Amino acid sequence: MEQTKADTHDWTAVLVRIRDDRDETAFVELFRHFAPRLKAFLMRSGGDPALAEECAQEVMATVWQKSAQFDPARASVATWIFTIARNRRIDALRKQKRPEPEDLPWGPEAEPDQEDQLGLQQDTETLTEAMAALPSKQRDLIEKAYFGDLTHNEIADLTGLPLGTIKSRIRLALQRLRHAMDRK
Amino acid sequence: MTTITHHLTDDLILGYSAGTLPEAVNLIIATHISLCDECRAAIEAQDAVGGAVLDTIGEMPVSDAFLDGALSMIRGGDFAPSPRPIKIAQDAVAPAPLRDYIGGTLDDVKWRPIGMGVKQAILPTSREATARLLFIPAGTAMPDHGHRGLELTLVLQGAFQDDEGCFRRGDIEIADEDLHHTPVADISEDCICLAVTDAPLRLKGLARLAQPFLRI
Repeated sequence: MEQTKADTHDWTAVLVRIRDDRDETAFVELFRHFAPRLKAFLMRSGGDPALAEECAQEVMATVWQKSAQFDPARASVATWIFTIARNRRIDALRKQKRPEPEDLPWGPEAEPDQEDQLGLQQDTETLTEAMAALPSKQRDLIEKAYFGDLTHNEIADLTGLPLGTIKSRIRLALQRLRHAMDRK
Repeated sequence: MTTITHHLTDDLILGYSAGTLPEAVNLIIATHISLCDECRAAIEAQDAVGGAVLDTIGEMPVSDAFLDGALSMIRGGDFAPSPRPIKIAQDAVAPAPLRDYIGGTLDDVKWRPIGMGVKQAILPTSREATARLLFIPAGTAMPDHGHRGLELTLVLQGAFQDDEGCFRRGDIEIADEDLHHTPVADISEDCICLAVTDAPLRLKGLARLAQPFLRI
C-alpha cells in the first residue's frame, strides 16, 4: 500500500455542494476519493476487508446525512470524515456508543467567511507537511495511535504536534458561533 | 458560559480524538467539552491529526457496487439529511451527552443513598471504567480516599474544594495514584458531579467495608 500525498483538491467546495444542493455528482466525486482511504484506514484499525468496505460505505452515507453539521472554519473535509470513521470504528469493532459533545446550533448569520475557511485549510496543510517531516518512528507512533493500536498509557508518552495555530483558529470560530447564538 | 479553570490533559485530548478511551471516559470528556470551548477547540485541533492520517494512509480498491450501494442508501429514508440544529433543548445542569446516558434530565436520575446524605447513580457504559453521578449535600466532606487508577470528576452544579483547589461548574479534576484527597462540597449549594474511575478507590477506615456493596 503506497502512501498517498496529501492533495490540495478543494474538497470543501465539493462537500458544500452536497450540503447546500444535495448534489449527487459531488457525492460520487467525494466517494471515489475517500472510500478507498476509509477502507485502508479501517483495515489498518483491525477490520477485515469486507467489514472495512461496508463501514466505508456507511461512513460516506453518513457524510451525506450529516453534511449540515460540517463547518469549514473548524475542520477540513478529511478531518471531518475522519471523526465519522472513528466513531463508526468504535461502534463496529468495540461495540460501544461514542458520546459526542452537544451540537452548537447555528443559523445562516453564522456562516463562516471565506478568509476563516481558507486560513483553516492552510493550517491543516501545514500540519500535514509537519507530520510528513517527522522522523518515521515518531510518525508511525502517531498513526498507530489513530489506528487504535496504542493503549492509553502509550499515548501519554507521545509528544505533541504543533497544533496551537489550528486550535486558536477553531477557538475563534466557536466564539463566533456562541455570539450568533446569543443574538437570537 | 462560566469561566472554567481546570481543563483536560493532553493525553486525554489525544485519547479522545484517537478513539482509544473507555466509554465512561469518553462520556465525561464529551460532557466537559459541551461546557468548555477551550478544550473543544483543543480536541477539534487534535482531530486534524486524524484527518492528516486518513488523507495520507493510502488507498484500498473499493468496487463500484459499494458506490451504487451508497447511492441507494442516500436516496432511501435511513440516511435522509438531518437539518442543521437551530435551537437545542437546554438543560440547566446536564449537557446533551449526559442526558443521553441518564435517559432524561437530572430530575429523572434514580439516586441511591450511600450514606451521609450522599447519593449516587451509576450510568450504563462498558465495564472498562465506571461513570457515576454523585449528589453531595452542601458542606459535606467525601471520605478521604486515594486511587488505584484514574479518577475524573466533573462539577455540574455547586462546587467542591480539596488540596488541588476549588472546582466549580465545568471544571474537571484529574486524579491518579499520586493524589490522596478529601473533597468537601461548598456550603452555598448541593454539589452534583459526574465521576469516572477505571479502578476501585482506596478508602480508609470503615468506609472500606461498605465498598463492595456500593461499587465505588
